Amino acid sequence: MTDAAIDIRAGAFKPGTSDAEIEAAAAKALQHRRRTVMFWRVAILVAFLGLWEVAAREAWIDPFFYAMPSAIAQRLYEWTTEGTSEGPLWYHLYVTMEESVIGFATGSVAGIIIGVALGRNRMAADIFSIYIKVINSIPRVVLAPIFIMILGLGLASKVALAFVMVFFVVFHNAFQGVREADRAMIANARILGASNWQLTRSVIVPSAMSWIFASLHVSFGFAIIGAIVGEFVGARFGIGLLINIAKGSFDAAGMYAAIVIVMVVALGAEYLMTMVENRLAKWRPQPLHETQ
Amino acid sequence: MAPEKTTPAIELINVSRRFLSPTGKSLTALRDFTMTVERGEFVAVVGPTGCGKSTTLNLVTGLASPSAGEVRVMGAPVKGIDPRIGFVFQSDALFPWRTVIENVMAGPLFRGRAKADATAAARDWLARVGLSRFEQHYPHQLSGGMRKRVALAQTFINGPEILLMDEPFSALDVQTRVLMHEELLRLWSQAKASVVFVTHDLEEAIALADKVYVLTAGPATVKSVYTIDLPRPRVVADIRYEQSFINYSRTIWADLKEEVETSYARAAA
Repeated sequence: MTDAAIDIRAGAFKPGTSDAEIEAAAAKALQHRRRTVMFWRVAILVAFLGLWEVAAREAWIDPFFYAMPSAIAQRLYEWTTEGTSEGPLWYHLYVTMEESVIGFATGSVAGIIIGVALGRNRMAADIFSIYIKVINSIPRVVLAPIFIMILGLGLASKVALAFVMVFFVVFHNAFQGVREADRAMIANARILGASNWQLTRSVIVPSAMSWIFASLHVSFGFAIIGAIVGEFVGARFGIGLLINIAKGSFDAAGMYAAIVIVMVVALGAEYLMTMVENRLAKWRPQPLHETQ
Repeated sequence: MAPEKTTPAIELINVSRRFLSPTGKSLTALRDFTMTVERGEFVAVVGPTGCGKSTTLNLVTGLASPSAGEVRVMGAPVKGIDPRIGFVFQSDALFPWRTVIENVMAGPLFRGRAKADATAAARDWLARVGLSRFEQHYPHQLSGGMRKRVALAQTFINGPEILLMDEPFSALDVQTRVLMHEELLRLWSQAKASVVFVTHDLEEAIALADKVYVLTAGPATVKSVYTIDLPRPRVVADIRYEQSFINYSRTIWADLKEEVETSYARAAA
């Protein structure tokens, strides 16, 4: 209502220009802007890939180490049509995704529950905060060999690694989100008659939700990292295993091809997450439209 | 029934309230504070900024407890949050992720009423504050005055016998504020609740209240009490031009001015 969508600058229109004309001009400007953005996005990608290809073919960089986009595309094509040396690509992708999704789901649920619980209970937070700091200070990657030793080469060790990658990020945001909840809003809910549980469920958690979502965005990427690192260290299937094998046979194109697959999956997940968030957060004011 | 009716709605008897500052120093917000609010009475509390006005309200809700003295609601000492109390906040305390109707329904649902029942009651209250068309809007889509009306509906739907208001209209522009005064008086005359209305706006206090308590600069204690004998129903927009209103205003301001100056001098020192 009060959001001025587009700034109508003085002198931009002749006096007497109708609203419809101004709106049409604004719609046109917006479309033009979108096209410019899209053009440059594509142009930069094409230039980057083209330069890489040319540099490798002209031997400015050594294609043995750096491969080249055409070789990577070739490898991806082979993998998708004929499968990898270790079996079908889809199965490897499925395994990595399974590990990431289970690790992400369990890690974020545990992070939210424990974050909210400690956020609501100051005493428990004071007691446990030191342990959480200590555990959080461990670089997650060093846990990979330990988990594999304990849990074996299969699914469980990768899920455990993805879990610890996700848990702390989500936990911290959930905890902080609970602490930032508006005091007047909490007092209002209590006077309106909310019990402790109702207060947590219908006031504290929703108001921490934007914090929690910010962490969920990054943490799916972390879950994939956890799964792939686990596969590096020891696995029978997975994208991480493909990278490891490509490394062992000095197959640069294979390594980059695996990276491209991970990139596409992570981007897809990010897109999905944004969609879910927009749907849940429809109560938030729309951001002001930026003018050029 | 008869003896119960005679007990006042709210009594604060020689109440003191101290609290610790973040640096560990003990501060006194209220000192030997005594106030009585009869049933159905509209009391306004005015005082200089930051003197401890809001503390009095928190004591009545049970969100804070007195360091000394006694707080009684409907003749019984305050233990926890009393369901007969409604509170309208200065800041926006609506739940931004809920629609207007879901905000109004919050109280009844928290108190375990059936959903259909709560919806019907919320519709009724939204109609009374003139917001039926905005049921499905979110708070951020409404103006400040409309949000305050939602807050009033959210509070009144619980049928409070005691209504506490902490500078509820101070964030609104002057014209909207007068409209909200009319709205409040109309709702209050129907609901027959006892009201404690905290404000720093003396004219607002006189226009609305039966009794005006003037507090001293902090630590707050009661300086004087004025009974406002203006006839009801009052038209808030016009009442401020009547001679009796101006007389009250002049007398009470002379009293309040000293405290405001003391508080200002202290802040400047």
